[in-house]
Parts: sequence; C-alpha cells; structure tokens
Amino acid sequence: MSEIPIAIRCEGLSKQYRIGERESYKALRDVITDAAGAPFRRIRTALGNGNGSSNGNSNSEIENSFWALDDVSFEVRRGEVVGIIGRNGAGKSTLLKILSRITKPTRGHAEIHGRVGSLLEVGTGFHPELTGRENIYLNAAILGMRKTEVERKFDEIIAFAEVEKFVDTPVKRYSSGMYVRLAFAVAAHLEPEILIVDEVLAVGDAQFQKKCLGKIGEVAQGGRTVLFVSHNMGAIRNLCSEAIWLDRGQITARGQSVQIVDQYLRSISRSSGSSINLSRAHRYPGFGERLKIKSILFNGGNPIQHGEALTVIMEFQTTSEIHSVALGFGFSSYEGTRLMTSDTDFVQPQRDVPKNFDGTVETTIPHLDLHPGRYNLDIGARSGSSNFLDYLAGCAQIEVLPGPTTPASAMRGGRGLCISAPWLWSEFPGNGNSGNSLVNADNDLTMESDRLA
Amino acid sequence: MENSPSLPTFYIRPASSWSSIGLKELWEYRELLYFLVWRDVKVRYKQTALGAAWAIIQPLMMMIVFSLFFGYLVKVPSDGIPYPVFTFCALLPWQLFAHALTESSNSLVANERLITKVYFPRLVVPIAAVLGGMVDFAIAFVILLLMMAYYGIVPTWAIVTLPGFILLAIMTALGVGLWLSALNVQYRDVRYTIGFLIQFWLFATPVAYSSSIVPERWRPLYGLNPMAGVVEGFRWALLGKSEPPAALLAVSVVVVILVLVGGLYYFRRMEQEFADVV
Repeated sequence: MSEIPIAIRCEGLSKQYRIGERESYKALRDVITDAAGAPFRRIRTALGNGNGSSNGNSNSEIENSFWALDDVSFEVRRGEVVGIIGRNGAGKSTLLKILSRITKPTRGHAEIHGRVGSLLEVGTGFHPELTGRENIYLNAAILGMRKTEVERKFDEIIAFAEVEKFVDTPVKRYSSGMYVRLAFAVAAHLEPEILIVDEVLAVGDAQFQKKCLGKIGEVAQGGRTVLFVSHNMGAIRNLCSEAIWLDRGQITARGQSVQIVDQYLRSISRSSGSSINLSRAHRYPGFGERLKIKSILFNGGNPIQHGEALTVIMEFQTTSEIHSVALGFGFSSYEGTRLMTSDTDFVQPQRDVPKNFDGTVETTIPHLDLHPGRYNLDIGARSGSSNFLDYLAGCAQIEVLPGPTTPASAMRGGRGLCISAPWLWSEFPGNGNSGNSLVNADNDLTMESDRLA
Repeated sequence: MENSPSLPTFYIRPASSWSSIGLKELWEYRELLYFLVWRDVKVRYKQTALGAAWAIIQPLMMMIVFSLFFGYLVKVPSDGIPYPVFTFCALLPWQLFAHALTESSNSLVANERLITKVYFPRLVVPIAAVLGGMVDFAIAFVILLLMMAYYGIVPTWAIVTLPGFILLAIMTALGVGLWLSALNVQYRDVRYTIGFLIQFWLFATPVAYSSSIVPERWRPLYGLNPMAGVVEGFRWALLGKSEPPAALLAVSVVVVILVLVGGLYYFRRMEQEFADVV
C-alpha cells in the first residue's frame, strides 16, 4: 500500500523583514559617508557617549525588524486543496512568496515536488501598448507556459475571457473588467502540478469571481495540489478540504476547512464586536456640532449574521435644542453604493430633543437579509428630512457572517440582499433528478440547486 | 514515500553567500528571455513616431557631428580610412554598449512587478535589456555596409572574426550591466550616474579618434577599457586595417571576462534579496 506522496513540506520557515522610519533604499553616497564616519563613531561610543545618530546601532536594529513568518511547518500531500486564512498581515502572502521562490526564508527550509504555478497577481507583465493576443503570449511565458502550449490553448483562453472581438486591440483600450478577465484566463490555463493562488479574486465583478472559483475548483478536482489564500470564507469552505489559520506569522490551527473557518470567524468577530466609538471620528465641518453621535453597537458585541436578528444601539449627545430629529444608519458596498438604510423616522415620528441631552436610540431588525461579507457603515442624524446634523460615511467596516440559515451557494461576491425564498420549478420530464443539463447550465460550482426544490 | 520520478523537486533554503550561475536554469527559461526582448522592442517601436528609423538616426547624427568637427575641422587622423566610415564603424558597437548600459542598469527596478510576483531566474532581466539593442544594431549595420560600399572599402578575410567581436561587445555590455543593475536595486542613485558614465566613457573609447594616437607602450594599459578592444577589433574586422590590435585586444578580453564572471556571481548573490528590496 503506497502513501500519497508529499507535494509541499515546510519546516521552521521564518521570514524577518526590516522596517524603519527611513526608506530602505540607500544611496551610494550615504554608504560612502557612513563608512567614512565609522571610525569616529566608534571612538565616540568607546568614550562613552550616548547613542547619537544610530546607523546600524544594534538596539535600533531589533526595534526595526519584525518576523512576518515565525517557525511555520506543515506538509501538503499531492492532490490536497488547502486554504490559508488569517487577518491581514498574518503572513499569508509572505508564505506564498517563499513557496513560489520569489523571496528566500530567513530561517527554515522547504521542499516542493512538482512544478509550481503561482497566481499572486493577475495580469503580471501585461503591457498596455501590446494587444490582447500579444499580452497572452507574454503573460503565458512569464507564468512559465511554453509557446506551443499557449498556441494549443489560445482559443480556449480567448473564449474564457470573452474578448474574441478585441484580441487585436491594445490592452490599454480594454475596460477594467476585460483586462482582468483576460489576465485570469491566461493564468487559469496553467497546468502546474502545484497551484498557489493569492486572493486574485479580489478584483472583478461577481460573475467573474464565480467563474474564477469554478476554474480553480476544476483544477482542484483534476488531482492537482492547490494552496489557496483568500478572505472569502465561502470559497474556502467550498473549495478546500483543509484550511490553515495563520496569525501573526504562526500557524494557529489546521484542520477541516469548515471548522477552521468557523473558529477564525468567531475570533475576529469577538475582537470587532465591541461598540464603535465615534466621538473622535473625522467629520466634515458643520457636522457633529449641535448633535453628535457618540457610538454605535451591534448585537451587544456579538457577531452579525445573515438571516439573524440585528439589534442596533446608538448613543448621541446634543449641545442645543433641536426639532424633528431622526437618526439612522446604513450599510454600503466597497464602492460606496448604499445597500441598506434604517432610520428612526421610517415608521415613527421625528422627535424634538432638548439641549445638553445624552440619549440613545435602539432598534431590532428581525432578520438581516444582507449577503455575508464586508460592508462600510454609514451613520447620520438629521433635523427634518434634509438638514443634516451629523454624518459619518464609511466610518467603519462591518462584517456580516454567514448564519445558520445561509445557503451554502451564497458566495461573498454578490453584495446586497441575499434572500432565501423557495422557488417552484415548472413540470418537465426528469424534474427532481440531478444532472439534468438544462437545469445545471449555469451552475459552475455546485449542484446544490437541487436542495432548494 | 515515492515521488514520481518525472516531477522536478525544488529545495528552498535561506540565502547563502555564493550560488552557482545557474546556466541550466537560464536555458530552461530561454522562451521568457525571448518574450521579454520581443516585448521591449515592440513597445519601443510602437511608441516612437520614427520607429525603426531611430536606430539609424542616432548613430548617423553622431557620425555627422564627429565628422564635421573632429574629422574635417580638427583633422583627427583616422588611419587612412575616410573619417565618416571610420567613426561610424566604431559607433555601432558603442551604440550597442551605451543602450545596453542604460537599459540594463534600471532593468530590475523597471520590472519590479515581475520580480515581486513571479519566479524566474532574475538574470533574464538584464540579459533581455542588453539583447534588446541587437535589433538596432542590425539595422545600423546595414547602413554601415552601404557606407562601406559608397567609399569602396572591401573587407579583408578578417571579417570572419566579426561575430567574435560582436559577442565581445555583448559580453562587455552585459558584464557592466549586471554590476550596475544589481547595485541599482540597493543604491538607487546608481541610475543617475549612468548618463555621466556613458559620456565620459565615450571619450575614453577610440570612437572619434584612433587608438594609434596612444603611444605604443601605453596601449596595453589603454586596453583596460574593454570597449577600446571592441572598437578597434570592429575596425580591423570590417575596414581592413593593416594589423590586428593584438596587445590591446588581449588586455580588453581579459578585463571583459573578469567583469562578466564577477558580475554574474555578484548578481546571483544579490539576487536573493531583490524581491525584498526592490
């Protein structure tokens, strides 16, 4: 009985970076002047003077470096699809860079069995002056595809990117969507034994992201090893059998992806669950003077989940008497499109508020139908319908987590409302069977539409 | 635990002081090298209004200025060869060298996105920058042949050595380029010294004059400037001077080999930090 061979093995991988107030670039003239001044500096410290100007002083060196990765060891067997999750700055990208051989570890070592295809960025090497066709060849060569391979797959790539008509136009004329689709199309047709993907799906619209995930899923099912870094917990759960949670450069946990994602989400919502203090938030002149919103608290600090109730408590303070006051909050998308609003005067009258008053308003939304994902928080208070007393747009980032009733096929890509409602299929032969091609034409990733029926 | 024998294995280790030059790996990435050169040439020609003509205009203009001031007015001796051809012949390898130096010294920084996002042997980048000048060289070479025909200069058997001198020119450009590109990643002011470097190097090289103005016993010393050997070699191969510039050339070749090999090793050593520093 043979064991499944190892694709990746790391032991004690660590990476130290230098940081500091000054730029890390040196100028040759600085090096020369430093060298010239060195003997004098040594005399000075020998005579017992203070630190003076510290250039390469050992104390400041310790302060000026940090460990992006600290003693990371793990193994990945061939054919496994492993997700790597963690907060920003946890070291995920550094780990991928080391495994892609772009940078060297400070300590530790790793072994990789098989060719590696790294997608750390989409469209690497694309040049705006070259046409789509030319950029495909260029990008493919950069990613490690042989010319013959590219020629063989050329039509597939163009079809995947849906840019047939524009293949001979310079890429600088493409819309950003086309650009990203083309870039990903090339990368998606890489056939390495090991695929390393770093959040390339953060760009592009929902449909495109779905396509990309579908393609990655295909690669995974094809028996290749995949390392996948993403903040999209839904994708991690659906694509990866296992997940590794990195925090501050170290492996915090590893296991079945569903469990690890759960653990991770619970930990981050705990840290961001406290009330958001707005008294010092930046406001435009004129706002927050007569009435100032001091804080907002969701669910008493507990995680906000799709499909579950959401309680909101806002605290505010006035410096003068104001008539017809209403307060409210809203969630907006990354791009600033308002997706949801709830104000105190939607079903109730506005109130007159006395001077020097500390008040709170609270509400409970029975179930929050917002798609799991990150949203910007907008908060405001007004007198009447248009006279704004206080306004804070995008003052915080709120994460809506999947809830117990969230359908598994609801991916983060689609923002806005995610409404679980039953659908009725019209009668046709084979209704209720899985694998009906008409039914599943659009479902790249899951066959779970069957579950809803 | 058996791994299929056809799968390559990569070992990732912390940075070490010396690594091999990695010629085998370079050969595996030759297609990438081709595409990078192709990209630079294509983009350059798409952007300029004059396109390929630029490859001719630059050396031609320099030749005209040199011929007027040095050849005609100052009457600099040109070994019995008509001055314009004399200097144009030297301008060809010089142009290649100057272009290569300018492009390669900043090549790593200019390709920063590639270097921080994709793995490939970084040597490919400065090599591509140097080879990019070959296209211009080839075009200008045609003009040189036309000029030679016009002046009725027939090359001697020495012309078979021409490929060797072309190779020498490339090696010189590459050798210096490797040092500069690696240094430029760490010390960003290197790039600004290139313009000045090329200017004064031009005068130290026998482009506008002949190396015969240097007294015989000092000529080997003069060969420490590798471009002197390259230029005189070109002239000998193409324009049929009486004797090969042996001593000068020998010194130049030794210098080129030292600079190139040293540059390769220095580059490979610094390469391990490029992605972190660039």
